[in-house]
Amino acid sequence: MNPLERYEPLVDDAAAFRAACDRPLPSVVRTNGIAASPARVREAFDEENVAHEPVDWYEGLFKLPDGSPGVNWPYTHGWIHGQEEVSVLPGLALDARPDERVWDACAAPGSKTSQVADAMDDTGTLVANDNSLGRLSALRHNAERLGMTNTVVTNRDARNFSMKPLAFDAFDRVLVDAPCSCEGTCRKNPDVVDQWTLDHVHGIAGVQKGILERAVQATRPGGTVVYSTCTFAPEENEAVLDHVLRTEDCEVVAFDLPLETVPGVTEWDGETYDERVRRAHRVYPHRNDTGGFFCAKIRVGGEEDRDVKERNRDEEATR
Amino acid sequence: MSDHANDGGQFDRLPATSADREVAGRASREAVLDWWETRFGIGREVLGGYSFWEKGAGKVWVFNGEADDPSRIEAIGMTFLRTRQEHWKPTTRAAQRFGRHATRNVIELDPERASRFVAGEDQDLTEWDGDWGYLIAAHRIAGATEPIGVGLYLYDELRSVVPKGSRADLPVVK
Repeated sequence: MNPLERYEPLVDDAAAFRAACDRPLPSVVRTNGIAASPARVREAFDEENVAHEPVDWYEGLFKLPDGSPGVNWPYTHGWIHGQEEVSVLPGLALDARPDERVWDACAAPGSKTSQVADAMDDTGTLVANDNSLGRLSALRHNAERLGMTNTVVTNRDARNFSMKPLAFDAFDRVLVDAPCSCEGTCRKNPDVVDQWTLDHVHGIAGVQKGILERAVQATRPGGTVVYSTCTFAPEENEAVLDHVLRTEDCEVVAFDLPLETVPGVTEWDGETYDERVRRAHRVYPHRNDTGGFFCAKIRVGGEEDRDVKERNRDEEATR
Repeated sequence: MSDHANDGGQFDRLPATSADREVAGRASREAVLDWWETRFGIGREVLGGYSFWEKGAGKVWVFNGEADDPSRIEAIGMTFLRTRQEHWKPTTRAAQRFGRHATRNVIELDPERASRFVAGEDQDLTEWDGDWGYLIAAHRIAGATEPIGVGLYLYDELRSVVPKGSRADLPVVK
């Protein structure tokens, strides 16, 4: 069975959904603000005759209609990084600031990590973790290429991540871009559809719950956790949020994204989920001509301490 | 100086000065800051806020965050400088990251030379009257000078020490 069929009842136009899933995606690059401005990248592309089209909803994101993002001067200088359009969404939701303490729990190969480092102006402390040493070497290569100096790389199982090697005991923000069954990337890797099994969905959902729980525990009261996947499976999305709402002191909160999205679902395959999961965003390929995605924002419970509140107020005042 | 050995498997913070040194041969923070200032004119106003760490024999990393005991981690910031050898050598990535602050020992290459340099080619170059040794090779792009990487200048020749994995066949952009 093609797993995409099982999601047809969730979408408004099944034929358009399936047709979009069969189309390949263009190459997209994100400007690395640590090294260059979007204007400078554009000028360098022009000088080198690299065809490029800006993505209108994100400053510094460019489509490269002629393909390979990795063979040009801006790439060699670390000014750009190949990153699919929808993949910038969790970074936007996370909204990391300079001088914060941030954990990227499932970081490799590091596209979203580098976007977060950029948002932090390469200051503060960004802990980039992944349980796969092989994938971490790709992350390390990218971090060096992009000139990230605020990042500590760890190789741990995020479900029982220890704060011990760190200089602090809680994060301000955590990104859980969870390992998943990845059907949302079918426009890039059509093989994911052939390799899909329901057993894998159920297995990986257990891992996702464990990672998200640990992320909430490792975040300071009032801090932010973003949960994202590139799957359409409610078992790996809303069911994981529903679980953490029951086991941890936290709240799924509403937030805006600059794409056309639909709310999380509250019923699936005989299960019902907490109404608050509707505040999550589902991104379907046919709505914006992108990959598929899921993204939720969680506020960790408890009172923020006074220092953090004052810092936030100062930041709001200077914006 | 005591006889602690360098443990190549973990990150250790560089001692502030040579008087604080406990591990033989380890560069001090002051020496690293002095070296960048002397060699490239990149001063403490640029690098003074960073911490420096050694892992492996002489490989120094640059980090901008908070850390106390980073013994069980894979990386801290980025690779920065190779010490424990007669001529210290900045990494390509450090040259790219910090090289735009350099005020000396930067060699600006014309478009044709820049393209050969990034491909890893050594080239004859007689018109350099600055220091010998490790230089930052740069070129003009999008209205300003941008560092490409590290070159080794010896006997009228500029050798490209761009690592194999970072070399690229790029167009001559005039």
